[in-house]
Amino acid sequence: MSKANEKMLNEKTIQKNTLSSREYKYGFFTDIEMERIPKGLNEDVLRLIVEKKGEPEWMLNWRLKAYRHWKTMQEPHWPNFEYGPIDYQGLSYYNAPKKRTDNLKSMNEVDPELVKTFEKLGIPLSEQKRLSGVAVDAVFDSVSVGTTHQAELAKVGVIFCSMTEAIKEHSELVKKYLGSVVPYTDNFFAALNAAVFSDGSFCYIPKGVKCPLELSTYFRINAAESGQFERTLIVAEDSSYVSYLEGCTAPMRDENQLHAAVVELITLDNAEIKYSTVQNWYSGDKQGKGGIYNFVTKRGKCLGKNSKISWTQVEAGSAITWKYPSVILQGDNSVGKFYSVALTNNRMQADTGTKMIHIGKNTKSTIISKGISADESNNNYRGLVKILPSADGARNYSQCDSMLIGNKCRANTFPYIEVKNSTAVMEHEASTSKINAEQLFYLRSRGLDMEGSVSLIINGFCKDVFKELPMEFAVEAVRLLEMKLEGSVG
Amino acid sequence: MLEIKNLHAGIEGTPILKGLNLSVNAGEVHAIMGPNGSGKSTLAKVVAGHPQYAVTEGQVLYEVNFKKINLLELEPEDRAREGVFMAFQYPVEIPGVNASMFLRAAFNEICKHQGAEEMDPIEFDEYLRKKMKLLDMDEKFINRPVNVDFSGGEKKRNEILQMAVLNPRLMVLDETDSGLDIDSMRIVADGVNKLRNKNNAVIVITHYQRLLNYIVPDFVHILHDGKIIKSQGKELALEVEDKGYDWLIK
Repeated sequence: MSKANEKMLNEKTIQKNTLSSREYKYGFFTDIEMERIPKGLNEDVLRLIVEKKGEPEWMLNWRLKAYRHWKTMQEPHWPNFEYGPIDYQGLSYYNAPKKRTDNLKSMNEVDPELVKTFEKLGIPLSEQKRLSGVAVDAVFDSVSVGTTHQAELAKVGVIFCSMTEAIKEHSELVKKYLGSVVPYTDNFFAALNAAVFSDGSFCYIPKGVKCPLELSTYFRINAAESGQFERTLIVAEDSSYVSYLEGCTAPMRDENQLHAAVVELITLDNAEIKYSTVQNWYSGDKQGKGGIYNFVTKRGKCLGKNSKISWTQVEAGSAITWKYPSVILQGDNSVGKFYSVALTNNRMQADTGTKMIHIGKNTKSTIISKGISADESNNNYRGLVKILPSADGARNYSQCDSMLIGNKCRANTFPYIEVKNSTAVMEHEASTSKINAEQLFYLRSRGLDMEGSVSLIINGFCKDVFKELPMEFAVEAVRLLEMKLEGSVG
Repeated sequence: MLEIKNLHAGIEGTPILKGLNLSVNAGEVHAIMGPNGSGKSTLAKVVAGHPQYAVTEGQVLYEVNFKKINLLELEPEDRAREGVFMAFQYPVEIPGVNASMFLRAAFNEICKHQGAEEMDPIEFDEYLRKKMKLLDMDEKFINRPVNVDFSGGEKKRNEILQMAVLNPRLMVLDETDSGLDIDSMRIVADGVNKLRNKNNAVIVITHYQRLLNYIVPDFVHILHDGKIIKSQGKELALEVEDKGYDWLIK
């Protein structure tokens, strides 16, 4: 551990100790003037979005194709959870803060209200206060309000900007890769996203460059009766490396809000992308009222040989989570990894897991999934490992563990395995355990308090995933789980 | 050091302890014996603060460093921080939690409470190894998750190791001899004897006399139907071994 990290860890611990509220502390609403298009979804709405964003013709056509295809599709109902109908015509598909300069010369030009909002969320944007090792793209409702460290990154050729900017400034790259991993035909929510997405982040790491900073996007949903539809695209050229972090929060509202994102990752020969998420969308109250419906398609393609993609996620929010970060292992010797902690409490429902598609020779994948369910929640792991005939010598290791807290929660594991090559080696392990009163009493009788005891047990359970997270994120994740579980145990 | 006065306690509405009195001074070893269901383990759990047991009457007064407190008013962790330790009859498995990390966390909590300096991982490792040497224990105990895949005997030895590390003033051994073969029992007893001094006290709860050959008590108490019905010196244990409990009960 570096000195800086150590210092950060200490500071975070101090923050943790002074934090006693059980409330969702990101539940506030920022009251600023918004530009908002009327509710409803049709081709004119797409034209309006394109116009607002000043997008070229090809983008409009792409969106229209996706929209027309979406109209032929049905909302999927195979996940193991239940929710009321989503009124797609009852949402506004574009909500942007009014006070906004499109070509920001410096982060200091961002509306101070927005800067304040992000600061409150722990994401300082101003040039004086910004985090030193991490570049941030801040997305507020439908638009990116600013991206830090762009000049510094540009010096080594790294492009890190909003999707809107990328479509205008780097259209060749966007045209080449957008939809190449998750086509709009992929699924209902991916098609909807392709039609209406309003922003997101774009990262491009040129040949041989190890990105000098961690790149991150912070997503904030603020407006009511809206949806957030962002799209992230990360391309890592030959022998490059990037670590990317994503965080998300939303105000507490009684109505459900839709979040349907698409993330695409591409690695070329010998490149590596490490993608980490701490998802803390508002998850509704104890009775299950309100919260975000999180329907997300995340997929990476190891296009080049020896390339690597890893997804590490801590899913602790949302009323509903539907998310399967996947890797297509196309290049020979490529490696895909999925590390996940999914926590559900109150009435939250999660159906989450991964897909590992082995195409190239000697491709390897690892899946470590830890599900924690408390209260009356419903937590499902769903995963597919597919070995195609071409994937000689493919290997997969899967481990899916569930932990139950209390008697009213549910946990399920749905592993799917399709092997079409006899040289493949597959290993699968699964377990279910329970935090019980005896364990807590045991730890407390040795001098640890209730909070410390729960945190020790949860940390032990999630250790294999937490160690994959960047330090600051690991601290954040531990704290998040502790806060969520306070009151559920004991 | 410990004075239990007219203790009434039970679980889920069923009374188990029905007016128990016991007085323990520093430097002493007390054995609590009795037939199954007499309330031996309940006594241990009530002293340690198990949340499932409800105390309906009485006091458990505890005095260290001229400070007198009613243990019943404290949370289990606060009792531990004041120097109360119970070795569990059935030590609990904590998957994924490294034993040495857990012990250091517990040790530092207690240090913090008592105003002593906390130890960093390196210092603690050294301290822990010393204690393991004292108890002739294998390194595997500290590098594995707490109690996971331990045999019955290993679990009991691990309890004694924890006791050695946390250095309590009042040690309550709840049927530590159950499930132990004679060699393991000797090792455990040897460990307890090494930890004894004039400032601490031991309560040994046992069903059989044989452990008391190794941990020699100053007093033996017979518990029956939630009350102590006879107290005497160590010879009482032998008498019980010989004659059973019936003659005491009638």
